[in-house]
Amino acid sequence: MFDLTAFVIALLVTAGIGTALGLVLAWGGRRFHVETDPRIQQVEDALPGINCGACGYAGCAAYAEAIVSEGAPMSLCAPGGADTAHAVARVMGAEVEAAEPKLSVTCCQGGHVDMRFDYHGVQDCRAAHVAGQAGGRKACTYGCLGFGTCARACPFGAITMSPERIPVVDWDKCTGCGRCVEVCPRGLNRVDPESYYVFVLCQSHDKGAVVNKLCDRGCIACRRCEKACPFDAIHVIDNLAVIDYTKCTACGKCVEACPKNTIVSFRKQRRARKKAREQAAQAREGAA
Amino acid sequence: MALRSFAGGTHPPEIKEATRGRPIRDLAPPDQLVVPMAQHIGRPATCAVKPGDTVARGQVIGEPAGFVSAAVHAPVSGKVKRVVQCNTPLGPACEAVLLENDGADIWAEGCNEPADPDGLSAQEVRERVQAAGIVGLGGATFPTHVKLTPPEGKAIDTVILNGCECEPYLTGDHRLMLESPHTVVQGLKLVLRAVGCTRGIVAVEANKPDAFQAMRKACAQRAEDGLDLAAQLLAVKYPQGAEKQLILALTGRETPSGGLPLDVGVVVQNVGTAHAVYEACAHARPLTERVVTVAGPGVGAPANLRARIGTPVRALLEACDWEESATRELVLGGPMMGVAHFDPDLPVNKGLSGILAFTDPTVFDHRHCIRCGRCVDGCPQRLVPSELSILVEAGRFEDARDADLLDCIECGVCTYVCPSRRPIVQWMKLAKDELARRRAREEAANRSGD
Repeated sequence: MFDLTAFVIALLVTAGIGTALGLVLAWGGRRFHVETDPRIQQVEDALPGINCGACGYAGCAAYAEAIVSEGAPMSLCAPGGADTAHAVARVMGAEVEAAEPKLSVTCCQGGHVDMRFDYHGVQDCRAAHVAGQAGGRKACTYGCLGFGTCARACPFGAITMSPERIPVVDWDKCTGCGRCVEVCPRGLNRVDPESYYVFVLCQSHDKGAVVNKLCDRGCIACRRCEKACPFDAIHVIDNLAVIDYTKCTACGKCVEACPKNTIVSFRKQRRARKKAREQAAQAREGAA
Repeated sequence: MALRSFAGGTHPPEIKEATRGRPIRDLAPPDQLVVPMAQHIGRPATCAVKPGDTVARGQVIGEPAGFVSAAVHAPVSGKVKRVVQCNTPLGPACEAVLLENDGADIWAEGCNEPADPDGLSAQEVRERVQAAGIVGLGGATFPTHVKLTPPEGKAIDTVILNGCECEPYLTGDHRLMLESPHTVVQGLKLVLRAVGCTRGIVAVEANKPDAFQAMRKACAQRAEDGLDLAAQLLAVKYPQGAEKQLILALTGRETPSGGLPLDVGVVVQNVGTAHAVYEACAHARPLTERVVTVAGPGVGAPANLRARIGTPVRALLEACDWEESATRELVLGGPMMGVAHFDPDLPVNKGLSGILAFTDPTVFDHRHCIRCGRCVDGCPQRLVPSELSILVEAGRFEDARDADLLDCIECGVCTYVCPSRRPIVQWMKLAKDELARRRAREEAANRSGD
């Protein structure tokens, strides 16, 4: 027989327990309330949330807290760039000058360098660098090992390996976070402001004659760039041309003078990027 | 009675038959030698000669750059042609002296003269060893005089001479113990005097009964009052010759993590090193030659050769009927810990124990760890290599360090036994290198931050 009383009792007991516990929680919520700045959550929401660490903090949440409570600079988020900096600034009610974006460049074009031996070990540049006691399988002991460790390390998928096993950076995806710089055992990747236009794409300190034999795109320390530069901005130091960016005007004289096409100018692409960004900023202001 | 050993390890095929029955042959020095300045752990020696200099055998051509460093001597008499950069079997490229051999083989003044080793004090033994540029000849190449100078407060009670030679193929130490047991024991006595203790053990694996008998006889004949010299037979197991495993097997003492043998009161020397110590003290001969096993399927007549430091590896191979065209891989050192190298023109250095030519090396593709635990059973350091390999493969180097990565001795047992053919040792080396790089970077950052 259906017992209605038992059903009602069970219902009342459950409801009673629920109410009692709810009251305890409500009281506890007030009693132990911790005052937090609501802006921390808002700033965190404005950040990309990928926790890359490029800002120097443990992750997006830590950076958000640092912005609000310690007054950390608002433009440190490399992946987010100008848009994020503006969003953060809106939350904080401040104006911010967005930092100039930084981009990664791989300083090696030596895709055709001869191999000295077959390498069958772990397919990772760092392993190949350790294993090849004498400097890896490539005849050039400074050049890219080509196992794509930087491409795998990039959190944004901005690096792909060319058919010659040299990394190619897609600047539309690159955020300048610097992970590729950290992982490269040869120190071939560098992250610089967008306004650096001219690069020496070689890191070999071998003597010119050696490089000439090994690589068709390596710096042979011929000093023609040094002579061609009207601004004293490029010098061959320890068999390698090095650009002083405080003096470089990106005139392109060294690029023309280089017999091995080691020096490359990205002036056109980078200027176009800057222009596009400025237009976007104007559009944003117009919309606001 | 079961022979002493350690927990873990493995049993690779020994493959020592080809060379263990043949006497050590002297290899005539070649016309040109390349003598590297970095042949030891520590700072490379500073080149002390310039092109055009005439040198005699035994003359110092590289001055030690500090205490943890070793002198380099001219292995032949002749003329310095150039100072060049050269690849080394175990380590980065370094400065080297290109010597032209004049064939006269004249010793430098003060070298190769009989001396009375029994009259030397502990300090004099250390000085002679240091002057002779002796390093650990087992392969680690740690400067011997540093080992013979225990720091204050560390009492040494046992010296172990390592004659285990647990790597497959290698028989150089085996032959040395058979052919010159007395010089080895004399060397042991000098080491005992230098570190100020009385107990000396010569450790031999059970697969070398003839060497064990020779060493036992020599120990008995060279016995002295107050000295406790003995030869000890050990179970055949790889890596029985690893320093920490050897100490554990013989004394029951476990070297603490990150510690050295002298933390447990022991000094371990290779038998070849003891021989070199005797040569330095009794004949004033600096270290200019060593025994190298040349073997493998790629050589027609495997042999043990006594070669001058700086002789190209090619010359040793050719003295053993090398089939160059058939050789697909050259391994320098033993097959378990040695490294493959591409350049047969590398010079022999102080740490080179073997040259192995392989005609048909198998290349494995590694697969995922199946958690079978064979590496865990085999690891003589009682690490968990499977876990470490997974952490390193995922790039979690700091986590690997916290799982005691730095206690790995890179013996290669884990990689040898792995059914998934995982290159575990290579990952360990990669992780150690990467951690060192990160530490250096942090230190640099801290310095610039100050």
